[in-house]
Amino acid sequence: MLQFLIEKEFKQIVRNSFVPKMIVGMPLLMMLVLPWAANQSIKGLKLSVVDKDHSTFSEQLIYKITSSGYFQLTDVSPTHTLAMKSIESGDADIILEIQDDFEKNLIREGLAHTMISANSVNGIKGGLGSSYLSSILIDYAEELRETYGQSAGGVPAGSIPQFNIIPQYKFNPHLDYKVFMIPAIMVMLLTIITGFLPALNIVSEKEIGTIEQMNVTPVKKLMFVLAKLIPYWIIGFIVLSICMGIAALVYGIFPVGNLFTIYFFASIYILVVSGFGLLISNYSNTMQQATFVMFFFIMVFILMSGLLTPVASMPDWAQKIALFNPLKYLMQVMRMVYMKGSAFGEMTPQFFALCAFAIGLNVWAVVSYRKSS
Amino acid sequence: METKNKTPFPILHSHLLSKSYGSVQALKNLSFEVNRGEIYGIIGPDGAGKTTLFRILTTLILADKGTAVVDGLDVVKDYKQIRDRIGYMPGKFSLYQDLTVEENLRFFASIYRTRIEENYYLIEEIYKQIEPFKNRRAGKLSGGMKQKLALSCALIHKPTILFLDEPTTGVDPISRKEFWDMLMRLKAQGITILVSTPYMDEATLCDRIALILDGEFMQVDTPQNIIAGYPETLWAVQTDHIPRLLKELRNNPLVHSAYSFGESIHVTFNKEWTPNGQLSGIDYPFEKIQPTVEDCFMLLSKK
Repeated sequence: MLQFLIEKEFKQIVRNSFVPKMIVGMPLLMMLVLPWAANQSIKGLKLSVVDKDHSTFSEQLIYKITSSGYFQLTDVSPTHTLAMKSIESGDADIILEIQDDFEKNLIREGLAHTMISANSVNGIKGGLGSSYLSSILIDYAEELRETYGQSAGGVPAGSIPQFNIIPQYKFNPHLDYKVFMIPAIMVMLLTIITGFLPALNIVSEKEIGTIEQMNVTPVKKLMFVLAKLIPYWIIGFIVLSICMGIAALVYGIFPVGNLFTIYFFASIYILVVSGFGLLISNYSNTMQQATFVMFFFIMVFILMSGLLTPVASMPDWAQKIALFNPLKYLMQVMRMVYMKGSAFGEMTPQFFALCAFAIGLNVWAVVSYRKSS
Repeated sequence: METKNKTPFPILHSHLLSKSYGSVQALKNLSFEVNRGEIYGIIGPDGAGKTTLFRILTTLILADKGTAVVDGLDVVKDYKQIRDRIGYMPGKFSLYQDLTVEENLRFFASIYRTRIEENYYLIEEIYKQIEPFKNRRAGKLSGGMKQKLALSCALIHKPTILFLDEPTTGVDPISRKEFWDMLMRLKAQGITILVSTPYMDEATLCDRIALILDGEFMQVDTPQNIIAGYPETLWAVQTDHIPRLLKELRNNPLVHSAYSFGESIHVTFNKEWTPNGQLSGIDYPFEKIQPTVEDCFMLLSKK
C-alpha cells in the first residue's frame, strides 16, 4: 500500500508548479552564491589618513598599509576632526592618525604614537579593520627595528625579550571562508528539504481537507506519514549529493574524511528534522501557522548553530540553548569530516546527541499525533 | 436485490451520543437507528450538528459520551474494520485536486486494496458521465462533476453503508436531481445511505428522515408520516411585498404563525377562526395548501 501512497506523493510533487523548481533552484543558488556572499574576511576597507608628520617613515607606513590589499586610501585629511567628517559621510571606515614628530620620536626614543579610530556601526568590520591595521603597524615596527637595529632607542640588542609568533592555520591554511561555509550550507539545505517540506505538505492536506478523506480509509497513519517523508528523504539525499558535486567541481572542495560518514550522519539528521517537522504539523491547522512557527525555529537554529559566529564565543546561557540545536551538531560533523577528515570515533558526542534528538522528537510527534486525532 | 434484507434490521445504531466544542454542545444525547438498505436523511440547518454526527460515525472524531455501532462494529473499538466497510463523502470536496479523475479513482481503489475493474458495475452509471474527462485534473472539474467523482471514489470499495454529508450543497438543480437518481440506484444495489442536507425538498426522497436542530432530533419518521402529522391547516398567500405583508400578518391577532416560503407566505390561524379565503385588511387571497417537510420543521423548531 505504501508504494501507491509514495507514487501519489511523487506525482503531486512533480505537478506542483513551485516545489520542483525550488528543489533544484535552492541548492544551486545557495551553493553558488552564498559561499561568496557570506564571507567574513574583509577587504577594501576605506582608510582615511591624518598624516601630521609628512616624513619618510610615515609615507613608508602608509604605503605598506595600502599595499596590504585590505585597505584602500580614500581620504587624506589635515586634522582628525575633518577625518571624522569623512567617516560620518561614509567616505571612510577607519582613521589612522600619525603624530607630529612620528619619525623624530621613533628614531630618538624608539617610541611613537599613532591612533586608530574605526567606525564600529558594523562591529565585525570595525573590529577586524582595527586589528588588521594594528597588526600592520606592529609588523612595520618590527621591520624598523631590524633595519635600524635595536640601537635606535639606545637600548642594547637582546635585552628586550621578544616573541616571534608564526601562526599556522591548520585544516584551512589560507583561511578560505568558503571551505568553512560550504559544509554548513549543505546542512541548511537538508534541514529545509527534509524537515519543512513534508511538514508543510501534511498541513496543506489538513487545510484542503484531503486528510479527512484519507482518515476514513484503512490507510494507517504510520503509512500515511511515511509516504510523506520518504520522497523528501530521497530528495534530500539527492540534493546533498548535488551539493557535494558542486563543492568539488566549482570550488574544488572535497571531504578529507569518509563520504560514508557524511551520509550516515545525514540520515540520522534527516530523522531528527523530519520528526521536528511532523511535530509542528501536528500542532498547526493552517499553512500560515506552520510556516510561521518553522520560520521562527529556523532563524533561531541557524543563528545559534555556529554557521556564522562560533558557538563557543556565545554567552553561557546562549551556549546552553545551543545544546538543543540539532543543526549545530550536524554542522560540526560536516565541518570536521570535510576539513579535518574526522572519523566516526571522534564524533561520538554528536552521534549520541543526534540520536537523542531523533528518538525524542519522533516519540513526541507520535504521541501528539495520537492525542490530536 | 433488497429481498434478503426485507425485515428492518438496524445496520447502524447510536446510544446517547454527545459531543461538545468548548461551551457549544454540538450533539445532545442522540439515539437513533438506521435500517439496512434504506436512505436515511438528516435534515436541518447549518450548525445543527449534522457534520459532527457524521464525523463521529465515520470514526474521524470521538464522542464525549455515548456509543455507536456501524455494521455490527463499535466506532471506537473497531474503527479499523469500520473504515474498510464505509464510504464517506465530506461536505467539502476532498479529493486530490492535482491528480486527474482517473488517478484519483485508481488511487482510492488501491488504498482499499481493490481495483477499479472489480466494482466497476457499482459506479459505472456515475463514472461514465465523467469518463470523457478522465485525464482532467480533479481541481478543474465543475461542481456537479466533482460530486460525481467523489461519489465514485467513495463507492469504489463497495461499502455497505455510505455517508454523504451535504452532497448537493452548491450543486446546480439538474445535477442535484441526477445525483438523487444515482442514490436511488445505489439503494437498489442494497447499499444503505445516510445523507444529510439542508434542502427540505430532498427530504421526501428519503425513506426516513430525522429533523435535527441544535444537536437534537426533533422528529424521526417517514416523510409522509411527518407531513401527515402536521396538526394545523396551512394557508398560503402570494404577494410582491413579502416583508410588508409578513409584518401585517404577524401583528394580526388572528394569525398564529406566518413565515415566508419562496415567493409566498405560509400562514396558520388560531383555532377559533376559520378563514374563507379572505382576511379583513389583507388584499390578497388565501389558498389552502398541503404542508411540506419544511413547514413541519418550522412548526417543530418553534416549540
